[in-house]
Amino acid sequence: MTKIDDTVITPEIVKEHGLNEEEYARIVKAMGRVPNYTELGIYSVMWSEHCSYKSSRFHLKKLPTKAPWVICGPGENAGVIDIGDNQAAIFKMESHNHPSYIEPYQGAATGVGGILRDVFTMGARPVANMNALRFGEPGHPKTKHLVSGVVEGIGGYGNCVGVPTVGGETNFDPSYNGNILVNAMTVGIADQDKIFYCAAAGVGNPVVYVGSKTGRDGIHGATMASTEFTEDTEAKRPTVQVGDPFTEKLLIEACLELMNTDAIIAIQDMGAAGLTSSSVEMASKGGVGFELNLDNVPQREANMTPYEMCLSESQERMLMVLKPGREAMAQAIFEKWELDFAVIGEITDTGKLTLTFGGEIVGDMPIASLVEDAPEYERPYEYTAKRESALVAAPDDLNKAVMDMVGGPHLCSRRWIWEQYDHMVMGDTIQRPGGDAAVVRIHGTEKALAISTDVTPRYCFADPYEGGKQAVAETWRNVTAVGARPLAITNCLNFGNPERPDIMGQFVGCLEGMGDACRALDYPIVSGNVSLYNETNGSGILPTPAIGGVGVMADSTKMATIPFEGAGQSVLLIGETKDELNVSLYQKQILGTESGRPPHVDLAIERRNGDFIRMLIENGQLATCHDLSDGGLIAALADMAMAGKVGVNVTLETDLPLHAALFSESQARYLLAADAETAEQIRMEAKDAGIPVAVLGTTGGDRITVNGGAVDLSLAALTEAHEDWLPNFMANAS
Amino acid sequence: MKSAVIVFPGSNCDRDMAVALEKITGQKPLMVWHQDYDFPVVDFIALPGGFSYGDYLRCGAMSARSHVMKEVVKRAGAGVPTLGICNGFQILAETGVLPGALMRNANLHFVCKDVELTVENTDTMFTSGYIAGSNITVPVAHHDGNYFADDATLDTLEGEGRVAFKYANNINGAQRRIAGITNKAGNVLGMMPHPERMIEPALGGSDGRILFESIMNRLG
Repeated sequence: MTKIDDTVITPEIVKEHGLNEEEYARIVKAMGRVPNYTELGIYSVMWSEHCSYKSSRFHLKKLPTKAPWVICGPGENAGVIDIGDNQAAIFKMESHNHPSYIEPYQGAATGVGGILRDVFTMGARPVANMNALRFGEPGHPKTKHLVSGVVEGIGGYGNCVGVPTVGGETNFDPSYNGNILVNAMTVGIADQDKIFYCAAAGVGNPVVYVGSKTGRDGIHGATMASTEFTEDTEAKRPTVQVGDPFTEKLLIEACLELMNTDAIIAIQDMGAAGLTSSSVEMASKGGVGFELNLDNVPQREANMTPYEMCLSESQERMLMVLKPGREAMAQAIFEKWELDFAVIGEITDTGKLTLTFGGEIVGDMPIASLVEDAPEYERPYEYTAKRESALVAAPDDLNKAVMDMVGGPHLCSRRWIWEQYDHMVMGDTIQRPGGDAAVVRIHGTEKALAISTDVTPRYCFADPYEGGKQAVAETWRNVTAVGARPLAITNCLNFGNPERPDIMGQFVGCLEGMGDACRALDYPIVSGNVSLYNETNGSGILPTPAIGGVGVMADSTKMATIPFEGAGQSVLLIGETKDELNVSLYQKQILGTESGRPPHVDLAIERRNGDFIRMLIENGQLATCHDLSDGGLIAALADMAMAGKVGVNVTLETDLPLHAALFSESQARYLLAADAETAEQIRMEAKDAGIPVAVLGTTGGDRITVNGGAVDLSLAALTEAHEDWLPNFMANAS
Repeated sequence: MKSAVIVFPGSNCDRDMAVALEKITGQKPLMVWHQDYDFPVVDFIALPGGFSYGDYLRCGAMSARSHVMKEVVKRAGAGVPTLGICNGFQILAETGVLPGALMRNANLHFVCKDVELTVENTDTMFTSGYIAGSNITVPVAHHDGNYFADDATLDTLEGEGRVAFKYANNINGAQRRIAGITNKAGNVLGMMPHPERMIEPALGGSDGRILFESIMNRLG
């Protein structure tokens, strides 16, 4: 080991660690000497984009993060909100993009494992997993392989730990051909007086390592996530970690059992940059030092060096600071669950991270420098130019266009995916995948959480500001459409190379839009993750700020769902349909272009219409509701008819061309169904509230017809196309 | 009715089973950690679903060799009603209490969805509340639910009325669409579908409830 640690630091080695000359000079200055190899490794991961947010921090600070119900905003492992009755919802979304592209099964699986740990670290029992997935175009030779591996990886991990995967979204676009996005979200529930944080305290208190042993896997994962991809990226496969969901399940149970005692002072999972990042964060938050004896780290492989132990990203590990004297009791719990437990160090008052190995000091670094001296870049940015509106032609054949869209890659049923996820374990999933939001009952109560993940990347590319607003508004709308009160969001900001001003302009624009939407909707951001450098060979992805929204409903028996309930229901449209076909799915899929300006989000109208819908559901007047999004009115109508297995006949009274009325993606709209009498009552109430409302028609029969036959489709044929696209596509998966 | 739910490292439907038992029988079951194999006498033993020991080696193989299973096998042999669901069924098959094996699903994918089951035999203590030949809806969630046994065994199972449930449509490649079987004495049922997930309308239906009610009616 001494041999490796004696490595002379050359400019090449510095560069290999992803540090530039200026950053290296800062390290030397902070330390007052040249770092050794282990120390350089630790600095490099702590200062990586992934850990330090050096390009994004400046802008992230501007996002709204506060509300009376926010217990803990960004900065901890996950965000915490008050959901009443002394309970808290704890949640976060995180990316695992680069590993999933290189090794889809393990990349996606460990993405789920990592986000679960972020949530149960804080004392919450995870109750729901969600995801947001972006793949390349269906015809790309790698797409099927990646879909197959990612879905199996998410299922393989989530199913085994026994946390239901209740929903998500999946998109296909050529911009992700060389850089897929795998964003995983976990929601947990804790008692408010049993929330755990990571700030270490108490000089002399023991630092305890629990979970799996440390191996050589995942070394430099955080650094890899902070660079662009090139064609030789596959050579980085060894930096992808391997997940063990069985150990994770044991770790959840053991941690929650220990959390029921008063033994824990602070706890932190070992995520990106492993032992290094967890100990530095705990020490930094607590304003203390850590002395770690690396000889005591449980090791999976022989002859590991300090460098390897500090940078390993082996999964299913946690670091804790215990109250003195509680070690034996804690150890008994971890032994019961057959997990490693080792006291590897103690808290000091030196303000330093001191590492010993074989009786020698092998690293000695100021904690503050590792955290606070990381460079913060205010990178130059250029806003995306405003586009002119584009004319969007009518289709040659309206029926065919609807059939192609509803039965195509973008709108087809995702059943093939979610049937591979156990979405029912824990016995509280009361709205399964396929609706507007997943709904999970809070165990033992009638309360429930509604969760939705959304973003429309093509809008964000065309107009980052409107796209950022829309992503937030869409989760708010989806959470509202099931009857829940949206409370807060987490986000996963996936962008290209921030060193390019146009990409940085997308980032800044999206954040400005998100911030405005959060403020207008009282819907703060409580946690999140930034994933930059999503590029391959210089070609960036569409800007993809994935949003995960969480809301609460007091009485889940009133929850709304999307299926029409038999024949004879009146169908109403709430909200105004404008000629907003620019950058619509119709334009993308049927006309093969994405030009013009995406739909405008009027946040005041969004709020007004949504509050109205929620009031109807809470009053028990409305049980069938669907928000309008990709594909517009006709797509929502088809969803409700297919889900309810009943046809529908509508007449649109509008000045718009019919294709605009059907496919426009105007925001703040909902489709409702109710018996005729209730529908009339709803119509009157909407009118009184000044909300645009129209009675469109009635459910019944076995066809979807619009305007006396302008659209006329067999529901059975449409359903078949809708259900079969994805299984057929995947049938030949390589 | 006093029940025990056996919990292995990696069990994950133990709570769901406990909730169902408490809701339906009105009595909280005893949660038995696998190391506490000397557990009190109970009227009914449940082996819940999950991924005991991570499903490493083969599903249920390691649990089948645990101390607690030696005890369960002994008690089942003495007539204590025993129900294995999903991973519990896999464990019972691995112990040999029930014949056959659960192989990987024919399409190689995990499958989680509601399925139609045909109730093949209502003369068991687990199915007496159902109507013979009727179809019920109960979810499945498994990767290895493809029931296999040789033809002679399958003939015996069918001949002796030991097939409790069949899939209306074969979802996983199971021989003769078998979803659940009993032992010869009729006091042990193993099934892949999860009746404990279908016990109230909010979860999508109540067809699973009848199974627990049947057991309760027999045991009082």
